[in-house]
Formats: sequence, structure tokens, C-alpha cells
Amino acid sequence: MNKLELNEDKVLEVRFVGDDDVLNHILDREGGAKFKKERPQLLVNTKKIIKKPEYDLKEDGIEVLKDKNYVEVLGRDVQESLKNGSATVGGNKVYSFQNRKHPEKMAKLASELAKTPRKNVSYSLKNDPEIMTDIPQCSKGHSPSDEVQLKNNDKSEFISTTRVLRKRLIAPRNHSDSESEYSASNSEDDEEVAQEFEEDTNKAILSPKTQAQNRVVSAPVYKATPSKKMKRDKTSDLVEEYFEAHSSSKVLTSDRTLQKLKKAKLDQQTLRNLLSKVSPSFSAELKQLNQQYEQLFHKWMLQLHLGFNIVLYGLGSKRDLLERFRATMLQDSIHIVINGFFPGISVKSILNSITEEVLDHMGTFRNILDQLDWIINKFKEDSSLELFLLIHNLDSQMLRGDKSQQIIAQLSSLRNIYLIASIDHLNAPLMWDHVKQSLYNWLWYETTTYSPYTEETSYENSLLVKQSGSLPLSSLTHVSRSLTPNARGIFRLLIKYQLDNQDNPSYLGLSFQDFYQQCREAFLVNSDLTLRAQLTEFRDHKLIRTKKGTDGVEYLFIPIDNGTLSEFLEKEEEES
Amino acid sequence: MQEELNKNLFDSLIKFLQKSHSGFQKNSRDWGCQIKLREIPTAALILGVNVTDHEFTFRSLTEAIQNNVTPYVVKLQARDCPDIKHFLQKLFSQLMDCHVDVESKEEEKDIQKKTHCSMDSLSSWYMNVTQKTDQGKPRKKRTSSQWQSPPVVLILKDMESFTTKVLQDFIIISSQHLHEFPLILIFGIATSPVIIHRLLPHAVSSLLCIEIFQSLSCKEHLTTVIDKLLLTTQFPFNLSEKVLQILTSIFLYYDFSIQNFIKGLQLSLLEHFYSQPLSVLCCNLPEAKRRINFLSDNQCENIRRLPSFRRYVEKQATEKQVALLTNERFLKEETQSLLESLHVYHTNYFLVLRCLHQFTSSLPKYPLGRQIRELYCTCLEKNIWDSEEYASALQLLRMLAKDELMTILQKCFSVLNSSSEKQLGSTAKRIEELLAQLQSLDEVKEEEDASGSQSKGLQKTDLYHLQKSLLEMKELRRTGKKQTKFEVLREKVVNFIDSLVREYLLPPETQPLYEAVYFTAAHTLHEHLNAAPRLALHTALNNPYYYLKNEVLKSEEGCIPNVAPDICIAYKLHLECSRLINLVDWSEAFATVVTAAEKTDANSVTSEERNDIIHARFIRAVSELELLGFVKPTKRKTDHVARLTWGGC
Repeated sequence: MNKLELNEDKVLEVRFVGDDDVLNHILDREGGAKFKKERPQLLVNTKKIIKKPEYDLKEDGIEVLKDKNYVEVLGRDVQESLKNGSATVGGNKVYSFQNRKHPEKMAKLASELAKTPRKNVSYSLKNDPEIMTDIPQCSKGHSPSDEVQLKNNDKSEFISTTRVLRKRLIAPRNHSDSESEYSASNSEDDEEVAQEFEEDTNKAILSPKTQAQNRVVSAPVYKATPSKKMKRDKTSDLVEEYFEAHSSSKVLTSDRTLQKLKKAKLDQQTLRNLLSKVSPSFSAELKQLNQQYEQLFHKWMLQLHLGFNIVLYGLGSKRDLLERFRATMLQDSIHIVINGFFPGISVKSILNSITEEVLDHMGTFRNILDQLDWIINKFKEDSSLELFLLIHNLDSQMLRGDKSQQIIAQLSSLRNIYLIASIDHLNAPLMWDHVKQSLYNWLWYETTTYSPYTEETSYENSLLVKQSGSLPLSSLTHVSRSLTPNARGIFRLLIKYQLDNQDNPSYLGLSFQDFYQQCREAFLVNSDLTLRAQLTEFRDHKLIRTKKGTDGVEYLFIPIDNGTLSEFLEKEEEES
Repeated sequence: MQEELNKNLFDSLIKFLQKSHSGFQKNSRDWGCQIKLREIPTAALILGVNVTDHEFTFRSLTEAIQNNVTPYVVKLQARDCPDIKHFLQKLFSQLMDCHVDVESKEEEKDIQKKTHCSMDSLSSWYMNVTQKTDQGKPRKKRTSSQWQSPPVVLILKDMESFTTKVLQDFIIISSQHLHEFPLILIFGIATSPVIIHRLLPHAVSSLLCIEIFQSLSCKEHLTTVIDKLLLTTQFPFNLSEKVLQILTSIFLYYDFSIQNFIKGLQLSLLEHFYSQPLSVLCCNLPEAKRRINFLSDNQCENIRRLPSFRRYVEKQATEKQVALLTNERFLKEETQSLLESLHVYHTNYFLVLRCLHQFTSSLPKYPLGRQIRELYCTCLEKNIWDSEEYASALQLLRMLAKDELMTILQKCFSVLNSSSEKQLGSTAKRIEELLAQLQSLDEVKEEEDASGSQSKGLQKTDLYHLQKSLLEMKELRRTGKKQTKFEVLREKVVNFIDSLVREYLLPPETQPLYEAVYFTAAHTLHEHLNAAPRLALHTALNNPYYYLKNEVLKSEEGCIPNVAPDICIAYKLHLECSRLINLVDWSEAFATVVTAAEKTDANSVTSEERNDIIHARFIRAVSELELLGFVKPTKRKTDHVARLTWGGC
């Protein structure tokens, strides 16, 4: 907030000046000691404030509330941590209702934040012992009920305590409330600073720098306090505060993108190679855990035979565990392993594998329900038939639908089909209603393995980081190598045009006529037929797409993001 | 043996359900006679919210109807009938199946394939079949029922989930055909009878002649189940107090499902036999005695290790102690006798428990619980006579009126007599005596009453005064020791009950060898039936030390050390963000933490490579979090992910 305040002060003068100037101005004052990460953050801040200076006052009010909230929450944190000590038993509030949870969570991180700087302070600035005494005072454990008292408390405390404490309290709160990213990185920095403090003297110099910086910035804070106090009295309800703080749909995060980081693009293979170099930590403990679970195998078999079905939950891939179960227990019995995480899986394929491979039936069925009926009848008729179904990730995208679950549940309710499945998703149990649950007849087993979900995640192509960039690029280079120089030139033309227009929001694509004109000028084609022939080839490789504009003209564009394109261009230029 | 017991569990449930439905079935026959023109007789069966048990109910109901009323029973479920065509098709095929035993199968299939399913064809088919049976089995026909033709009973299992349109159409159509196609509808309703009128407009519902039947509440089912399974000596297996409490609370607070309750019972049975080596002794008394003779040395050692047995040994004389601990044969004999006494203890226990329940269940405010299971729970937990509730219950008992006392005693007497074994013969006799005394009091009392009531009758004042005067009178009597004979007797009865309780309702922990028949591991039951996967995830992410017992991971609450598994660190960082998370910042924060963690081996690899590895680890952690459902990619901003837990968008 201190920074906000600072900006606020400047808004009046700055409003007429360009953003950059503001930035420079601030950066000057901040000095070079700022962590590099903070810069973009600041940028966002300034912009926001410049956009709506009239809200500043209101924001200020909210911030005060948050401020209070923070202190209060700091107090509650003590109790909270006590409660969480028994988290394994009384964890009913782990993901309970949101409005309560949020402030508490924030408190947690805030306490972390507060803790680490405090350490610094005690090291670097020995002149303020109040910090050490005052914070415990705040955190004596105010219950939410005696809010009024608390308010008075922190008011007086705020006045009485040293400026440094004030800063300390404000600074982390500000980060955590408005700029989450910032807080994330910063906190870690701080933490790290704290951790390495003893060993690394160089870094010890760093932290006083931050300190000083904060102090400079916080000078205006004090001026603002009277208005704060007035505001503070108005809204006292914690819940209201929560909603107020939470309803502002603006989420402030930094604008940085992965494209600016060169390393961001990894494909599956390199990812795996890289990961294989990492030696897994705690292997001894993990082994112990696994052995513990393996002792349950016989029990599982017994319970499966008695009509229960088993579901495994807990963090970590349970695939290996199930595989071992299969290898040790199910060697001599018929079993089907279903990899639920595989994107192509469907209930139909499960049923098909049962009918075709277990029951040796080659016929087809009209629909899934018929098939299910047929299977059920078969199993009911022949009680000697036994089938083990192992489903990895019963809660995967493809299987989590209501109908699929219904069908699997009906299968599993058969006496001679034994189902053992694993679930991973946080909300997986919500898939099942009463009826399904009674059909499944689950026994729950917690198997936390901590093993990485290598297989499970490798199919998840949605993951922003890896495939999106690398695959198009490699295929792009691949295709372009096979092209004639002329065709390559045509394509490069289109890329350049698209890159030139990347900031134009109304850019539709390059119209065919214009494109032809440009190609002719570059001596790449001699007739519009040759160009069309080239374009068909591109289209077959899915390198370009056409769109009809409002005026009926064909527009051409490349459906690949600009970052990849520019990278491609660079590479091309290097080669040539 | 386990399976046998399981079967017993289910059998008793089914028996019970059948019992409860014979009533309905009788009713439905009675009122089936009064078919009026154009009105479809309909039974609305209110079953309560324990949806999972309905299947059982319906199965037994169909059986009952099929045996007694009509061979044509069709059960339909909403999910089979998305529209009227499917509805009729299902109805048709099921009807055909019902009748397969009469017709040849092939013919049936032909019909099924060829006929276009409509109500017309249905009724013509019906005419056909009834005529055929008329011709084919005229004798049976005449004797079997008073109807010209047996009606078709259609059961709609889950009426609420049918689409309104289908129901309406069907009812209208079938009411047109009623004279040639006698149909009876049975609706299964989970909520309240009002739903019929809400689903069906008046025009349609007026075509129905509805009668409502209420099935027994699931709590009563529970009582019966507990009564039949736990409170008998028939099954030697017993539950400890905590287990019982968990099971009943799951039942009462989660789903009201008998099936689930029974599942819990089964599971506890299973666990017991699996984990307790001495559970071999958990069977009928003669069988157990036989088995004791075959016990191996190892098992004998197990017996010696039982805490309850040790306690028992310590109480014995020294030479006996030595003998028990060294001599196998002596041990076996002793165990046999102990088991026998355990058996006796149980018989007495349950009888006295029932007696006490008779006494306490009629008390105002139910200090010891309304249901026998609550009483049972408290008795299992501790010495019941130490509890406050028990004291207050006795207090209240001392104020019972005579006729109440009489009926209670009579009930107790019948309870005690009901058991075949004569363990408590003397107590039964004692109660009989008390009863006789009370009765004889009657005559004497009447005279006293006559004089007493006059004085009371005169002061017809308000309640307060009455109470006051009564109190005064009481005090008078107490001080003057002018207790009536009845009061003396009542005191006697109460004391008698008290002594019974103190003698027989000892908590099972006091009995040697109780471990063999009591299942105590409540937490495993809770774990497996009522698991908390979210909690497990949370703990694993927040506090890895809980699972990985490595000292490095030990940390204070709320923060994790930087050497924790990658996913924990990523999770922790993401907790600090609001709804949107910038991947770049996240990854940098992650990198800082991780590099701090592995500062020692920084020299071994080049920094470039290390960065790549860390980045890869970050990617893995994020994709794992995505799989777990904590974040999801978002299009609102490039390279951002959205948080999905508390406060996500």
C-alpha cells in the first residue's frame, strides 16, 4: 500500500504526463536496489491509479479495512495454527466455505510474510525492539467476536508503534491483497533471504536495502491515517469486507508472458529427459509408504471377493501401485486395465473390451445400454465368470460424465465383477450420488504416494506450457524445409505481414488480391493460379486458413501464435 | 462363516421388508376391486429419502404381488423411459417377459420385433393372453381370483424423475383403454404425496384414484435391524460403542440407508475377522468350544496377550496364574469356561437391557434415550449407573403411577420369559412376585383411594397450587414415614431394577476375552466408509511430513521447508495468489525456492542446465496441480491459470 499511497500522491501531477515518465520517476526514487520482479508490478499499479484517480479515496478505505483485517487475522492465525495442528483429524474446514477461508488463508501467508521480514529486521535494524514486542501483542488471539475491541486496539497500536512496524504490517498486506503474483515472488525472496541470512553475508546487505526503500516509500502513509480511521468505523462487518474485497472483478497480475522467457518451450520428450535427471527426493520414505500399501493387497483381494469395490485416493500417482497389485495378485485371473487418463477412452471402449475380449462376443450392439444389459445377463448367468476391472483415474475427463459413471457403477455392482479404481481430482467424490455410491459399494483407501503423475499428465495436451509452442514450431520448420524456395518466400511474406499487423485488433488477414500483388512484386509467382496452387499446399498442411470477410473477400491468415512465428522467422534468417 | 453371517444379515432385512409390505399388498387387493370406469387405481407409496433401499422394497413388493395378485407386474425406471415410445416399449417387453413361461419364447420374440408398440396392440395382446389362459388353464383361473382377468400392475419406481409429459400421456392413453386393459399403477415417491399433484395437472390426476401408503420410516428399519442382529446372542459378533456410534451417525446424518448401515456392519465383520487373530472364537458356543481344542500354541499365546485376559489372570491366585501362563491344556479349559461365561453374560445383558429400556423409554424427556440403541450405546460405553442420566431416570421412575408400573413390569416379565434359556429365572420370578403384590395392593388401595380422592377432589385449584399441595403431602409422608404400601413397593421395584442393572449391565471391557467378539477399530471403519479425499490431498500438500517421515520435512505449522516435494512448493505458492496466477511469476518464485534448496550441488551442473531442469520440474508440478483440479488454464489473460479452490472464478 505504501507504494499505492505514493502513487496517489503523485497522481495529481502525473496525470498529464505519460506513463513512462511516471515509471521513471518512481524507479528513480526506488533506486536500483529494487528486486527486478517488482518493476512490472509497479507498472501495473501506476497505470491503474492513473486510470481512476477518483476511486483512490475509496480504495484507501478498502485498504484500511484490509489492513485491519490483516491484523485481526494475524491474531487469529495463532489459533488457526493450533487447530491446523490436528489437521488430519479435524480437517473439516480445509476447503470449507469460501468466505471464511479466504481471509484465513491469507493470514497464513501473511504470517509467513510477516515472519520473515521480522527476522530481517531483528538482524539489520537493531533499533526497533518494539516490533518484537508489539506483534505478539497484536496476535494475542482476538476472536472474531470482539471485533470492536480489536478495532480500538489496533488503532491505538498503530499510533503507538513505531513507523517500522507499521510499514511491515502494511507492506505484506498490500502485496497479498492486490497483487498476488508480486507477493508470491516477493515472499519467497524474503523467505529465502531469511533462510540464507546466516550463511550469506552478501544477501544480508540486500535486505536492509529493501528496508530503506520501504521506509522512503512509506513516508506518505502516515499522512493518510486520519482519513483511514474515519473510514474504519463505517464498515465493521467482516463478511461485508470479504465480499467487498472479493467482488472487485479486477484481478491484478503482472503482464509478463512466457514468450519473453526463452526457456519456456519444452516438448514432452525434452521435459521427460530433463526430469529424468532429477533424482527423486525422499526415496526411502516413499519406499516405506509403498511397502505399507503393498501389505494391503491381500486384504483388498478379500474385500473385493466379498462384494466391495475399492477406490484409492490421495496425492501421487497410484498407477504404479495398481500395477504392482495387478502383477502380484491378478496374474491368474481375467482382468482388464483401463487407463482413464488416456484421452481416447470411453465407456463404449470399456464395454467393447469386455464383450470382445472377455466374453468373446463379436456381434455389435445397438447402443451402450443394450450392451450393458447383455453383459450383465452374461455375468449373472455364469457365476464362474470373474473379472477384475482396474481403472486408473476413474475421475478423468472422459469418464467423469454422469452416464459413464452410471454404467460403470452398474457393472461394478455385479457380484463377479471386481472393480478397483483410483481417483485424483479434488472434487472427484462429487461424481457420485446416493444411488451410484450404493451401486459402487466403495471401500476407501488412502494411498498417498507422492509419485509424479508422469503418465497421467503426459496426455493432457491442454497444458499451456509445453506443447503449444514447441510442436507447431518443429512442424513448421519441418514443412518449410520441404518447400521450394519460392513457396518458402510466399509463406515468409505472409508471416511478415501478420507480424506487422499483430497489434492491430481489427486485423482479419491478408486478402488474396493483396497477397497476390505482393508476391508478384517479390517475383515469387507469375500468375494467380500458381499462387492458388501454393496456397492449397499450405492449407493441406494446415499452415494457413482462409476466412471470408464481410465484403466477400477471402482473407488468409496463419493460425499460429505470433511468438512462434517470429521465432520461426529468426531461425530461417539464421539459416539463410 | 463370514459369508454365512452376511447372508443372515441380508435375509433378516428382506424378511423384515416383506413383513412390512404384506400390509400394503392386502390393501391393494381390497381396493383393486373397486375399479371404476375411467379411473386408474393408483397407489402412491411414500418411501422416504433412503433411495438406495428402495430397490429392496420394490423387489419384495413385486414378489408379493406376483405371488398373490397377478402375474403381470412391470417395474419401470425413469431413466429407461425418456419418452412415451420407450415407455411403452419397455412396458411391452417386460410384460412379454412376465408371460414367457406360458408362451413359447420364439413366438414372443417375433411379436416383440414385429408389433408396433402401442396401447392398442397392448390391449389386444392382453385380450389374447387372457383368452389363451382361459382356454388353456380354465381350472386355475377360476380358483385363483375373483376378477375376470388379472390386472396388470405397473410400478413406477421413481415417480419424481419421470418427465411430466410422459406420465400425462401415458395416463390419458391408458385411461382410454382401461375397460379392456385393467391397469394398476404404483408410484414410488421419495418426498411427499403433494408431488403427484404438482407433476400432473388436475385433468390428469382426476383420472387416477389415488390411495396413499406410507412405508415405515427408515429409523424403524434401523431399530429392527439392530434389534435382530446386535441385541441377540444368536450372532456372537458385537460392536463396540464407538463403532456403533459411527455407524448410526452415518445412517442418521448422511443417507438414511439401511443398505449402507448393513455395509458398515459387513465391513466391521470383515475387519474383525481379518485383523483379530482370535476371531476364530467368534462363533456359536459349541463350535467355539470345539475350536478351542484345536488352538495352536501360537493362538494360545495370543490369548495370553489379550489385555482383558491379563487382567483376569492378575486377579487369580498365584498358582493358578502360573498354570494359566504355562499350561496349555489348563488355559484351554479356562478359556472354554470364560467363553461360556461370556455367553451367559451376553444373554443376561440383553435381557436386562431390554427390561431397562422398557422402564426408561416411557419416561418424560427420555433421559436415557428413546431408542434402545441409544441405551445400548451408553451401556457399552461405561458403567451406566455412574451417569447422571441414569440417576435422573431412577428419580423419575420413583414417581411412576401404579398402572404404568404394572404394564412395564408385565412387559419386562414377558421379555424375560421370551428367552429360552433360564438364566434369569429367579429374576423373572421376582418380577412375578412384585406384580402379584401390586395386584393385591389394588384391592386394599381402592379403599384408601376412595378416602384420599375426596380430599383431593375438593381442592380444585390451579396447577401450581396442586403441585404445591402435592409436594407438601409428599413431605408430610416422608417426615411422618407414612408411606403407602404402594410407595414401599415401588421403591422396591426401582431398587430391584437398579440392582439388576448393576449386576448385569457391566460394560463389556470388564469381561475377559471380550476382544474375541467385539469389534473396536472404529477409526478404520470411518476411514473406509466415510473417507475424506480432499482432506488427504490437503494434508499431503500442506504437511508432507505427515506422510514422509523425514526430519528435514518437519516444520512448524503453516509453512513448509524448501526441500519439500515440488508439488507441495508449487501448491504453497499458488495458495498465495488470488484468482488468476501468472505462470511466469509463479515459475520464478518456484525457481527461487528450489535453487535455495539445492545450493550445495550447484557446482556440479551448469547453471543453464539446472535452470532447465527446474523449469521442467515446475511444469510437472503445475500439470499435476491441474490434474488434481487446483488450477485450470484460462483464456482471460495470456499465460495465466485460474485457481479453482475457494474464490476461483
